[in-house]
Amino acid sequence: MGFVIERNDELLTVAVDGHLVVANRQEFKQLVLDEVEQGARRVLIDFTDTGYIDSSGLGALVSLGKRIREHGGELRLSGLNEDLRTLFELTRLDTLFHLYDLRSDALSGF
Amino acid sequence: MLPLQWSIASDVREIEPIVHAVSHACAAAGFAEKACRLNVPVALTEAIANAIMRGNNGDVSRRVLVCAGIANDTLCVEVTDEGTGFDLIAVRAMSQDADWATREDGRGVFLMLALMDTVETWCDRGHTVRLVLRRI
Repeated sequence: MGFVIERNDELLTVAVDGHLVVANRQEFKQLVLDEVEQGARRVLIDFTDTGYIDSSGLGALVSLGKRIREHGGELRLSGLNEDLRTLFELTRLDTLFHLYDLRSDALSGF
Repeated sequence: MLPLQWSIASDVREIEPIVHAVSHACAAAGFAEKACRLNVPVALTEAIANAIMRGNNGDVSRRVLVCAGIANDTLCVEVTDEGTGFDLIAVRAMSQDADWATREDGRGVFLMLALMDTVETWCDRGHTVRLVLRRI
């Protein structure tokens, strides 16, 4: 499990490999916040290789979305499989985030 | 007595091996793939994390007991902490709040209720949450 980071000027891409849960959400959140503090404004979190997300992981995404918007940026999410989309729909977070099936779709025009 | 049992310190790093073991047991018992990939791991993670962080206030000296078993096509998991519990009905009602979707927390119990067939709680020498999921 881990996070794969790519940074290109204001664009930050973070791929979540494994689960985003209570045990690693703080590491994940701090990692993204550090990049935002260093100028990242367009942030894409890619879940193509993610198993499941718990409420702590969902909460971290909500928190990051707010912080990124406060810095004038935008957060997009990609690669959500059917299971993950179920979680976002159950918690109504599908109305809060821009969700894309593919990373390439999310990066288009970003 | 449920056959699978763990007594763990209040440390969130203890959660994943238990979740893995219970999900694996469900797969071996013929539960649906989605139940093993999503319902069981997420609901059980929520129950144990809640016991560690809220029930035991993250105090590593306090224990969490997890008991699990599958019988008659039904998974039953009980998670017991040393706390005084919470009002399941009140917590469930939080999801009706207008700002619920934009909050950073408050989704754990909701997810347990949404992903399990039954969620029960009671206090008796600690607080216990029982999760029940039937094999379809």
